[in-house]
Amino acid sequence: MADTHVHDHGHEHGDGSEQRKAIWKTFFILSAITAVEFLIAFTLGAGLLKVAIFIGLTIVKAFYIVAEFMHLKHETKSLIWSILVPCIFVCWLLVALILEGGSIFDVR
Amino acid sequence: MASTATTTSTVKPRLWMGGIEPMKASYGKLMMWFFLISDTFTFSALLVSYGMVRFSYPAYEGAVEDFTFSNLYWPIPEKVYEAVPFLHGVELPLVFVGIMTFILIFSSVTMVLAVEAGHRMDRAAVEKYMLWTLLGGVTFLGCQAWEWAHFIHGTESGTVIRELVNGSWVERTIYGANLVENQYGPPAFADFFFFITGFHGTHVFSGVVLNFLIFYRTATGMYERRGHYEMVEKVGLYWHFVDLVWVFVFTFFYLV
Repeated sequence: MADTHVHDHGHEHGDGSEQRKAIWKTFFILSAITAVEFLIAFTLGAGLLKVAIFIGLTIVKAFYIVAEFMHLKHETKSLIWSILVPCIFVCWLLVALILEGGSIFDVR
Repeated sequence: MASTATTTSTVKPRLWMGGIEPMKASYGKLMMWFFLISDTFTFSALLVSYGMVRFSYPAYEGAVEDFTFSNLYWPIPEKVYEAVPFLHGVELPLVFVGIMTFILIFSSVTMVLAVEAGHRMDRAAVEKYMLWTLLGGVTFLGCQAWEWAHFIHGTESGTVIRELVNGSWVERTIYGANLVENQYGPPAFADFFFFITGFHGTHVFSGVVLNFLIFYRTATGMYERRGHYEMVEKVGLYWHFVDLVWVFVFTFFYLV
């Protein structure tokens, strides 16, 4: 019983050609974003805008890896939220420690 | 069968009261997800502390062309990582680390193709794609070994630093980096390089070991006898996570 469920949900596909098409599409998106990141690294001057673009593109890449490659998009809602919600703590830690780093710079 | 039918009709099944999988994923897959969440925290702690230390040091102010290495300010990453194997003395900023990124993304693609082949019970295809994934992982580790060696040995001219020794200022040229001194910038920069890329490289290494185990068990027909290739999926989750972490390391360590 424990093993049979593996074949129950969502994997009832014939030859899997649809899945393979989606995989290659994701690969091209990831490659294109990485290429754009390179372009920006050498064309745009350093500044807040550049950092913001890089972080934005990184989050887009992370979305495609987690949603498509790790299949999270096709899991149940409760699983998706159990994975995403704890990551809020990371954002909190990031803001707290970046501000702390700025304060250390001021007193150094 | 008749007895189970009567119990389900008398006790109404509820989502979290047992007998049902509320998340519709097997125990092993769920535990892999929750392990990956804990690993996310470990890597976030490393990257966030990198951010904190970076903000606590002065940034380089001035034209990018005039940049020189100094332990007084944080270096510009594209000036540090500009070497490519077999192209000695040619400045190719971020090219090698870009190649490494593509290798890892590509091995993630072959991994997900192996998972897809497993759903179709296509043993030969799973073997083929696991071999490609293994090749990608091993190549990435090789690239990282070269990058570490280059980072440790440093550039030909090195960097002159002034330091206070027994009450008097002395000048000294240092080459490359280790955990206590660093020609590219403050020692903390090299420490984070070794810890973050090292911790990630260790993950890649254990991923390669797990991938080999999966390949071996596929090749000996173990999963075919078992009737499903779910282990490929579980190890695949881990492998994609390693790729995911590299995406963040690439941005926050090499680009920003």
